[in-house]
Amino acid sequence: MPFSGVEATFWAMLAPFVAAVLAPMLTQKLKHNAAWVLAAVPALIFVHFLSLVSSVAAGQTHTLGLEWVPTYGVTFSIYLDGLSTLFALLISGIGAFVVLYAGGYLKGHPQQGRFFSFLFLFMGSMLGVVLADNLITLFIFWELTSITSFLLIGFDNLRTASRRSAVQALVVTGSGGMALLAGFLLIGMAGGSMEMSEILASGDVLRDSGLYGAIFILVCLGAFTKSAQFPFHFWLPNAMEAPTPVSAYLHSATMVKAGVYLLMRLNPVLGDTALWTTVLPIFGGLTLLAGVIIGIRQTDLKLMLAYTTVASLGLLVMLTGASNTVAIKGAVLYLVAHSLFKGSLFMMAGTIDHEAGTRDITKLGGLRNAMPITFAAAVLAALSMAGLPPFLGFIAKEILYDGAYGTVGSGYLISLAALCGNILMFALAAAVALKPFMGEKVETPKHAHEGPILLWAGPITLAVSGLLLGLFAAHAGYFFINPMVSAVDGGTYGKELYLIPKHLNMALLMSVLTIALGIFAYLRIDTLRELVGRALTAIGWGPDRGFDQLMDGLVITSDKFIRTVQTGSMVTYMRACFIAVALMLFVPMMTTGNWPTFEGFQNLTFYEWAFVILAVIGLYAVITAKNRVTGIVSLGITGFSVAVIYTLFGAPDLSLTQFMVETLSVVILALVMTRLDLKPKDVRSKEDRVIDGVIAGSVGLGFAMLLMSVVSLPFDATLPEFFTQFSYSIAHGRNLVNVILVDFRGFDTIGEIAVVMVAGLAVLALIRVRAKKAQPKPEVEVMKEVAE
Amino acid sequence: MNTVIFRTIAPYLSALMMVFSIFVLLRGHNEPGGGFIGGLIAVSAFAIYGIACGVAAVRRSMVVHPMSLAGIGLFIAVLSVLPSYLFGQPPMTSQWLIFDFLGSELKLSTPLVFDIGVYLVVVGAITSIALSLEERDVD
Repeated sequence: MPFSGVEATFWAMLAPFVAAVLAPMLTQKLKHNAAWVLAAVPALIFVHFLSLVSSVAAGQTHTLGLEWVPTYGVTFSIYLDGLSTLFALLISGIGAFVVLYAGGYLKGHPQQGRFFSFLFLFMGSMLGVVLADNLITLFIFWELTSITSFLLIGFDNLRTASRRSAVQALVVTGSGGMALLAGFLLIGMAGGSMEMSEILASGDVLRDSGLYGAIFILVCLGAFTKSAQFPFHFWLPNAMEAPTPVSAYLHSATMVKAGVYLLMRLNPVLGDTALWTTVLPIFGGLTLLAGVIIGIRQTDLKLMLAYTTVASLGLLVMLTGASNTVAIKGAVLYLVAHSLFKGSLFMMAGTIDHEAGTRDITKLGGLRNAMPITFAAAVLAALSMAGLPPFLGFIAKEILYDGAYGTVGSGYLISLAALCGNILMFALAAAVALKPFMGEKVETPKHAHEGPILLWAGPITLAVSGLLLGLFAAHAGYFFINPMVSAVDGGTYGKELYLIPKHLNMALLMSVLTIALGIFAYLRIDTLRELVGRALTAIGWGPDRGFDQLMDGLVITSDKFIRTVQTGSMVTYMRACFIAVALMLFVPMMTTGNWPTFEGFQNLTFYEWAFVILAVIGLYAVITAKNRVTGIVSLGITGFSVAVIYTLFGAPDLSLTQFMVETLSVVILALVMTRLDLKPKDVRSKEDRVIDGVIAGSVGLGFAMLLMSVVSLPFDATLPEFFTQFSYSIAHGRNLVNVILVDFRGFDTIGEIAVVMVAGLAVLALIRVRAKKAQPKPEVEVMKEVAE
Repeated sequence: MNTVIFRTIAPYLSALMMVFSIFVLLRGHNEPGGGFIGGLIAVSAFAIYGIACGVAAVRRSMVVHPMSLAGIGLFIAVLSVLPSYLFGQPPMTSQWLIFDFLGSELKLSTPLVFDIGVYLVVVGAITSIALSLEERDVD
């Protein structure tokens, strides 16, 4: 594959995974400066996608495919249009700065290499999500982002809080992923294709399908959990336990937007129905308001930002749900603006935490002289977040107000939600960017000073990009925004983007209102915080608590279940198993009425009879045995008789195996008996003996009857004939059984020997459990205790 | 059971059975036998040796842990799948090398390698079960 042009996208997708492998070694060599080398990977990916922008802007889409599992229609295919290209640019561009930032933030951390590795794994998965054309491929990458996110949130794995948050994020997004898989399979059934590009071209097929309702609910579950929509929003603020580079990258700019990406991607085929335009705005609006209101209450910089992220995601879902072109354009613009300013603000919060030792807003102040560059970045980013001209955030807000207001039917409600959300967002932006820097100098745990270049390069670049994209709005519109809007809206869209509103309209009025009320809210933020705090305390319950209750409930239920089912009594287990086997044998015969016939017995010769009788004598010996050892050895009599019968019927291989198995099972059973500390004699009561006798008898009888009915079926000789004919000519072997085992059906044998091996390991582990108990605790347990 | 006669004979008997098991393994493609049966015979040999001379002696004679023997077996079996890729054939297509060795025709093949893998898995897995059952609270 070539290294440039569209085909090179495969390399771009592979590169992060390669970097993930190399990162630990590089970090060992270069320490934190490895970030400079590693950042080149996402930078190159960024350049690659940038080179595709002009063709995509001209309206071209690209699809590339490699076969993966052709039997199930799974291909490794890529679909490049305005939507995926812009997302890929955001992921790689912001990714480059996050890598740099992580280099400075985790400088000297013993696990920095591992951190880089996780980060690149995530980057690769996220690129996969937005570039995948095949739905199954998309799903796999989707799950990979959940898993890598789990690893990153739980990076500081000695702390209980981060372990809990990691598990929470995994459970919430993972179960959403399961729903999504079901949704994708239904889309495949209804739409007749697993390729996104073909589904997008199918028009109204999905909307008219009877499965639409189910598809909609399942896709929404997937998207809402991933994009932290109410009532699943709680995992995102908890994910702030992760190191700040992770929060800046995954939980603001990229991963949490995967849900929005999915909704936008499917908007042309699922959108614009009554269900879509009702459910999405309701959940999006609720998330927006819940996010800003809870956000006001926070004093931790990262948590404030996290809740505004929740709110922004709600806003995006709400606008996507409005399903009209202007609203979607607003959503696209806001998505880009948000990725830039939120990534920047998160990094800024991390830098303050890193340099000043706290990120509690009430304990910070007057840092403007000590950290001028960080201050500048914060202000630039916050201006975009607040939606002031000439930043991209301003244009985004103008257009999203315009779109919200213009929505047919629910326009007023959506506009009102957007307005309230943005007012509080304005206040929060001001608080985050001004509080730590303005006012009197406050004593901080560490002596605050500007961080190294690794720490401030990212925030300032991203913040300035927000400004530049705003200033060159027309170009940004042509190259990035319009192609994406066309992709999401399903048509071609070519309206130009202006920085200065051309005429006075409702949107401008709402903007003015936002700014005025936003300033007011900022001035009163302490009062608001107290009010919200009191209200939330009064409610006293949230989905976060609910999650704990759910998990506790799960543990208690499974505990009870285990105690009921797994009593620890071997006798009960064996009885349950064998009763099940007996039922399996008899129920089909009873329901179908196909009882076997007993005609084969007449043709037995006397010596064949002799061995049958010998086998029965062996059984008698087992039952009447004085002690267990005699019983086991007597079992061998039956086994050997059967082996001889095999020989008589011309199956030497089977017979040899039977001999060996019989010998070994007697030896192993005897050894097990010595381990079990059993009494030498059977001590069962009479009733127990009768019950066990009946179970044993019916299983034996059942197997005999099953075999008889199998044998009495007409014999299909196709396979034996094939094997006999070709055994020597193809496989160079005269022993059919062996040729089948190692050649014709060799793949089965691989599975079987793997099972033998795993069974061996399992038995070994079980035997050793008892010996281990007396030994001191393993290291992991001790570490856990120390951590807690 | 643990008589002097048994203890004296057991090592020779086991050695003989080992040789026989390999014989059974190698003739498997044309005559009754093969990796599975051969493996079981070898396990019996180890079992006899273990009963007579103790687990420690068996472990010493095996050099590596029986479970790693099984692991090596599985690895070899999976390796035998790969050569067909070199010739662009479907996986597991058997490859044959037939040549004259001291006047008699010798056939080497990937199924043989595969069968050796089966043999090792069976020997390793079952011996390790038997041995760990036999030894008590040591390890």
